[in-house]
Amino acid sequence: MSTITQTYELRLYVAGQTAKSLVALANLQRICETHLAGQYRIEVIDLLKTPQLAAGDQILALPTLVRRLPEPIKKIIGDLSNEERVLVGLDVQPVNG
Amino acid sequence: MLATEFLVRGAVEFGEPGVFMMFEENAAELTANVRSLGFDLDQLVQQKKIVLDHVHIERSEIEETGEYDLEGLFIRLGHAIDSIGAKRVVLDTVEALFAGLPNHAILRAELRRLFRWLKNRGMTAIITGEKGEGNAITRYGLEEYVADCVITLDHRVHEQISTRRLRVLKYRGSAHGTNEYPFLIGERGFSVLPITSLRLDHAAPAERLSTGIARLDEMLGGQGVFRGSSVLVSGAPGTGKSSIGATFADAACRRGERALLFAYEESSAQIVRNMRSIGLDLEPWVKKGLLQIHASRPALQGLEQHLVGLHDTVQAFRPAVVVVDPISNLTTERSDAEVKPTLMRLIDFLKQQQITTLFTSLTTGGSTASAAEDSQVGVSSLMDTWLLLRNVEFNGERNRTLYVLKARGTAHSNQVREFVLNDAGIALVDVYLGADRVFTGSARVAQAAHERSAAELRREDHERKLRQLASKRKAIEAQIAALNAEGEAEEAEVKFAIAQETLREKTTQQNSADMGQLRGGATTANKATKGKR
Repeated sequence: MSTITQTYELRLYVAGQTAKSLVALANLQRICETHLAGQYRIEVIDLLKTPQLAAGDQILALPTLVRRLPEPIKKIIGDLSNEERVLVGLDVQPVNG
Repeated sequence: MLATEFLVRGAVEFGEPGVFMMFEENAAELTANVRSLGFDLDQLVQQKKIVLDHVHIERSEIEETGEYDLEGLFIRLGHAIDSIGAKRVVLDTVEALFAGLPNHAILRAELRRLFRWLKNRGMTAIITGEKGEGNAITRYGLEEYVADCVITLDHRVHEQISTRRLRVLKYRGSAHGTNEYPFLIGERGFSVLPITSLRLDHAAPAERLSTGIARLDEMLGGQGVFRGSSVLVSGAPGTGKSSIGATFADAACRRGERALLFAYEESSAQIVRNMRSIGLDLEPWVKKGLLQIHASRPALQGLEQHLVGLHDTVQAFRPAVVVVDPISNLTTERSDAEVKPTLMRLIDFLKQQQITTLFTSLTTGGSTASAAEDSQVGVSSLMDTWLLLRNVEFNGERNRTLYVLKARGTAHSNQVREFVLNDAGIALVDVYLGADRVFTGSARVAQAAHERSAAELRREDHERKLRQLASKRKAIEAQIAALNAEGEAEEAEVKFAIAQETLREKTTQQNSADMGQLRGGATTANKATKGKR
């Protein structure tokens, strides 16, 4: 299954450096490193600094992870603590091992 | 809808900008929808008075993993509020959140936090929600902890006509009406009509208005009806109710006042045409803008809707006189219990505006007076003046009669008048009172002719008598002359007799004196001379 060369463009919306957002970012980085090594790009958006961006991706809940690429857009809300659900949400085949 | 109006009115009339956050419609849809109510959201958005924010939640796009909160919503809302300095917030419909996000426990907690947060920021917020199953006020029980004021709206269909109703369930810190109030979404937006005005406190001007029919004014104490009063004209079909209504409106226009005619039976063109047949030309008034005719089918809308239609039109046109022709059409499909409060509200409203109202009402057949009266008892108590038109059938024809059943505060006539419609308008004619009945129509004319000929006869009789008297007088005079003549003749005779007597006496004295002389007595001769002198 290593034929996937698709780059994952991920955007994590958070509000400030809260415990939840830190956990979410840590979780995200861990999952990506494990399953999408080298094929991803993470952009963290702090809505406290740029609130106008919230409307663009229809953000309600925080933290929200948005998979901007590949299409279609997927959203995962929560602190990403459930790795399995995150992978399902991102539509990523888990790397065995 | 309520929420939109709240927001728009807030922005336009109270200078309180608002944020509309919608979860169901998007901005373009909402703008299009409310344009039909006359709200131009686009313009308001450009003027920075309103922010429309469409929050789109797509269940299929969202996965939940672990803890989260709705900080994003807060931030968006906060941003929107800050961008225009909003004072009002509308969230429509929060149910969509529940549909989009599966974890209701979090949602509830977050919404509670949201409302608290909005409150702390000094926002007036309207949150809409769907009514729950059964007795639940909202589907997710939000009202219990979040709201200071809960208003329920519902929609009921009764006898094929639907009415929207509104009720204030709770309103902390205020004495609110607990009744259900019908409301409408009309051309001017949302309108709620209080079931009744709580107090009867409208002013009662003493000014009188002419009804346009001189004799009718006379019957109503000489000057017509009071300004701001309500007049009911009831009668069987074809008794001339509409004509009275139109005349009333026409009279107002002649005075230079505005009149509003609501017709539920005829189209406005038809009214104008038909009224021409009795010599009323309404068209110039319409052209001058003094008269407005609103014609519609009563079944078109619910009673409430009619009422609001009336309200709106009256508010826009500000007439001095309103004619509703007929109210009975409004009542045909509704129960009396519903009609009466509606009319009460209408009358109260119009009275408060000092508008004189004339309602016509069709009574169901019933040629006897009591039947006609009975059928209107429900609404008649609301009216100040009640004119009853009745067909009197007699002698092979039907004639219209009119009488004043009641007129509050007016010395009104108790007489039945015949009501005549001709090309010169409406005229009231005294009926002829026979021995035990009134005469109308041709019977009246016949009676009049009869009386006229009787009078003629009497007059001739008088003349004859006068003539007789004259000739009699002449005869008497002749007799007097004759008697006089007779008297004169007798007088002459008497004089003659007296003269003869005197002569004879003289002769006798002469004779006796001569005799004395002859007999030689001087004394006797002196005596005789003395007697002669």
